[in-house]
Amino acid sequence: MSITKADKPEIAPTFRFQWEEVQDCYVVLYPEGMVKLSKSAGEIMKRIDGEESIDKIIKDLETTFSENNLEDDVMKFLEVAYDTGWIRNKK
Amino acid sequence: MIPAGLETKNDVKPPLWLLAELTYRCPLQCPYCSNPLEIAKYQNELSTEDWVRVMQEARKMGAAQIGFSGGEPLVRPDLEELIQEARHLGYYTNLITSGVGMDEARVKRFKDAGLDHIQISFQASDEELNNFLGGTKTFQHKKEMARIVKAYEYPMVLNIVIHRKNIEQIRDILEMTVELNADYVELASTQYYGWSRINVDQLLPTREQLAKAEIVAKEYQIRMKGKSKIIYVIPDYFENRPKPCMNGWGAIFLTIAPDGTALPCHEAGQLPIDFPNVKDVSVEEAWKDSPGFNHFRGFEWMKEPCRSCDEKEKDFGGCRCQAFMMTGDAANTDPVCDKSPHHQELLDDVDRIAKLAAEETDNNVAEKPLVFRNMKNSKKIVAKEIEKTEA
Ligand code: SF4
Ligand code: SF4
Repeated sequence: MSITKADKPEIAPTFRFQWEEVQDCYVVLYPEGMVKLSKSAGEIMKRIDGEESIDKIIKDLETTFSENNLEDDVMKFLEVAYDTGWIRNKK
Repeated sequence: MIPAGLETKNDVKPPLWLLAELTYRCPLQCPYCSNPLEIAKYQNELSTEDWVRVMQEARKMGAAQIGFSGGEPLVRPDLEELIQEARHLGYYTNLITSGVGMDEARVKRFKDAGLDHIQISFQASDEELNNFLGGTKTFQHKKEMARIVKAYEYPMVLNIVIHRKNIEQIRDILEMTVELNADYVELASTQYYGWSRINVDQLLPTREQLAKAEIVAKEYQIRMKGKSKIIYVIPDYFENRPKPCMNGWGAIFLTIAPDGTALPCHEAGQLPIDFPNVKDVSVEEAWKDSPGFNHFRGFEWMKEPCRSCDEKEKDFGGCRCQAFMMTGDAANTDPVCDKSPHHQELLDDVDRIAKLAAEETDNNVAEKPLVFRNMKNSKKIVAKEIEKTEA
């Protein structure tokens, strides 16, 4: 699928995203499995709530971390997240 | 062996998985059930309060996944309450069930309690065989339950234990999972422990059957890509290297048996090792300090050929229970490994069973009857009226 910056992704109901204290990172949980997320992946996922558009998420990340040009990295991660089914566009 | 004590405390990683075997009671009688043969001996089930404490303690240590299993977990009337507490603690909650004892009202209550995922097991794809293997009439009900589970937007795993009695139906089984819209399909080859071990002569598939089944499984894996994830693992009796059992002893898996015994794996109760009970000690003490959990941690306990083998960090020498069942010593190399001096015995056994299978199909020689998993047979096994296993 092709992603546009106007898309508003949400976490798919068959996955769960949460902070794990003992692991000291964000994780994605699914039937009998868990993926630990890198710090940047966690920051992106944290902002996905079905309300914000991708465009807004990128801008928010750029402001929070005082960085420019995060777009490519964010889009690359989102592609993977859509592909594995962690996130979907809100119906 | 590492003695129990403080010296191991700091480098023991926390458990990630808590398998809560709530009960060994079950309305089905699958002859391949991986529960212990001595189910009749487990009388005192943990109370709701005990389970809540166990869940709290394991979660605090870092366990993120919880599986409610059994027996049949639906038998416990406090299941909803336990799910709710588990979810509240932040676990990803998995229910592993036969679907017998479930109805739509209960599925809805599970959803309200925050259950994340339901795995339903099927015995076969046709009614007659399914009901025969389960020892009860349940097939239509299971299919109905699978539909309801999907209707409530659960991720659904269908689990079908594969063996000689159903392996030739593999195409029909996969068709059924397509029809039921499974998100994940586990074609789980029978593991020969517990009840399946005493029925191995009637259950182990032949090499030819496995080769054919693999082709069909691959075909569906390709066809269903993106829609359903199909996992098919052949029985390790046909491999040359053992599986990295439990990802290492006491590494990530914690099983609690119905009576509160804490185990590194749900088969480990059969080993001649003392395991702690969570009625007496905290989960943390059981996991970190008990001699049972430290017994096969690390590599010090290993014998040759594992000890000097450069693959030991990959497979940890295989399964301790299999080593024990086949060689009489749990510290030996898993005989699945072709470096094990007992590997030839395993191959001979597979050949012997293949001959039995051929006799059955070619000459119609009646095979010995399956021993069904129920309390009556368990009592007979405990009383040694039925022979357990040959070491
Ligand atoms: S394998 Fe069959 S008999 Fe054993 S617990 Fe599961 S449903 Fe019950
Ligand atoms: S000898 Fe032991 S460690 Fe080496 S491959 Fe075999 S089972 Fe694994």
